[in-house]
Amino acid sequence: MREMVNMVVVLTVITAVSGGILSMLKAGTEYRIENQILKFQKAPAINAIFSDATNDPLKDRFSIQAGEREVTFFPGKLKDGSKAVAFETKGTGFGGDVGLMVGVNIDTDQIVKVRVTTHSETPGIGSRAKDSTDFVSQFSGMNVAKNAFKVKKDDGTISAMSGATVTSRGVCTAARKAKELYMDLKPKIKTRI
Amino acid sequence: MAQSIVKEFTKGLWKENAPFRVVLGLCPVLAVTKTVENGIGMGLATTFVLVFSNFFVSIFRNFIPSKVRIACYIVIIATFVTIVELLMQAFTYPLFLKLGIFIPLIVVNCLVLGRSEAFAGKNPPHYAVADGLGMGIGFTLSLTVLSAVREILGSGTLTFYETPIQLFGPDFQPFTFMVEAPGAFVGLGLLLCIMNLIESK
Repeated sequence: MREMVNMVVVLTVITAVSGGILSMLKAGTEYRIENQILKFQKAPAINAIFSDATNDPLKDRFSIQAGEREVTFFPGKLKDGSKAVAFETKGTGFGGDVGLMVGVNIDTDQIVKVRVTTHSETPGIGSRAKDSTDFVSQFSGMNVAKNAFKVKKDDGTISAMSGATVTSRGVCTAARKAKELYMDLKPKIKTRI
Repeated sequence: MAQSIVKEFTKGLWKENAPFRVVLGLCPVLAVTKTVENGIGMGLATTFVLVFSNFFVSIFRNFIPSKVRIACYIVIIATFVTIVELLMQAFTYPLFLKLGIFIPLIVVNCLVLGRSEAFAGKNPPHYAVADGLGMGIGFTLSLTVLSAVREILGSGTLTFYETPIQLFGPDFQPFTFMVEAPGAFVGLGLLLCIMNLIESK
């Protein structure tokens, strides 16, 4: 019995102390980690989308509750005075989720630019969605409300990357999700900018 | 055989070198050694975990009941692995992205648990730290050597701090087999063979 109690006490104490230390460390590094994720994953895409913005989209970011999850929006003031927001959605590609940062002009509902953020597509084939702007630049200027964002094979208007139809479809899925999200949240977004 | 700190430290470097002599902890050895940067990063993360888990296991060795010792060791190891993971995310995020899943997997690296069980649980803290440091540095050096061989042959580069250094001219045809998964086995096999040749002389 004594031995039993001893085992329980020792294991409980060790686990509790470990848990305590970790939660302190987690709280201490949380802000830094969030900044690092922004800096290395989202910042390059956002900067490419709002290359001529007059404000700092990263600094002005805000979140809106969409269903169960929170979506972060990065507002950008464009050179011609119109306002835009960028936000990230995900579609399924060949090797997993493809993250797509979509910038939409709120005044005209037109896409400013889209950029791929995170992906695990085949290097040299699907990865061209991120490495080159040939594919993603097709989205620029499209009207979010009027486009279906489908590849030509699926009776859409987007030309898929040759040899990477699945990745192209994944990007389109992300774009469709962005469309849905944007249409749903547009009134809310407008109040925040 | 008298114990000495120096001896406990140096055995990890050659005589009981983890990947090449006792052939332990092969999962990260094979998986992350595509670039020298990854190899060194993985080695240092493992060294950190080894030193601290050895130290704490050794301090508590008289309090931990032998029947739940493995559970206690794993909790201590997992704590330090999580600390490494959080610190890497906060300070060296690009490296964390590349090592990814292999950082949490240090918890189940038999090298780390093996040292706790075989050494730290039976020896005083200063020996345990020396042992952890030696094993960790031996592990780091092994990963560095293997990843250097693989990267030089496979990509013709050496990567430090995110910047690949081109070693050969533009006419170099990379032997890409070496940076793919099977190349890891071949590279490891060749290095094991060389180590055994040297040892047998």
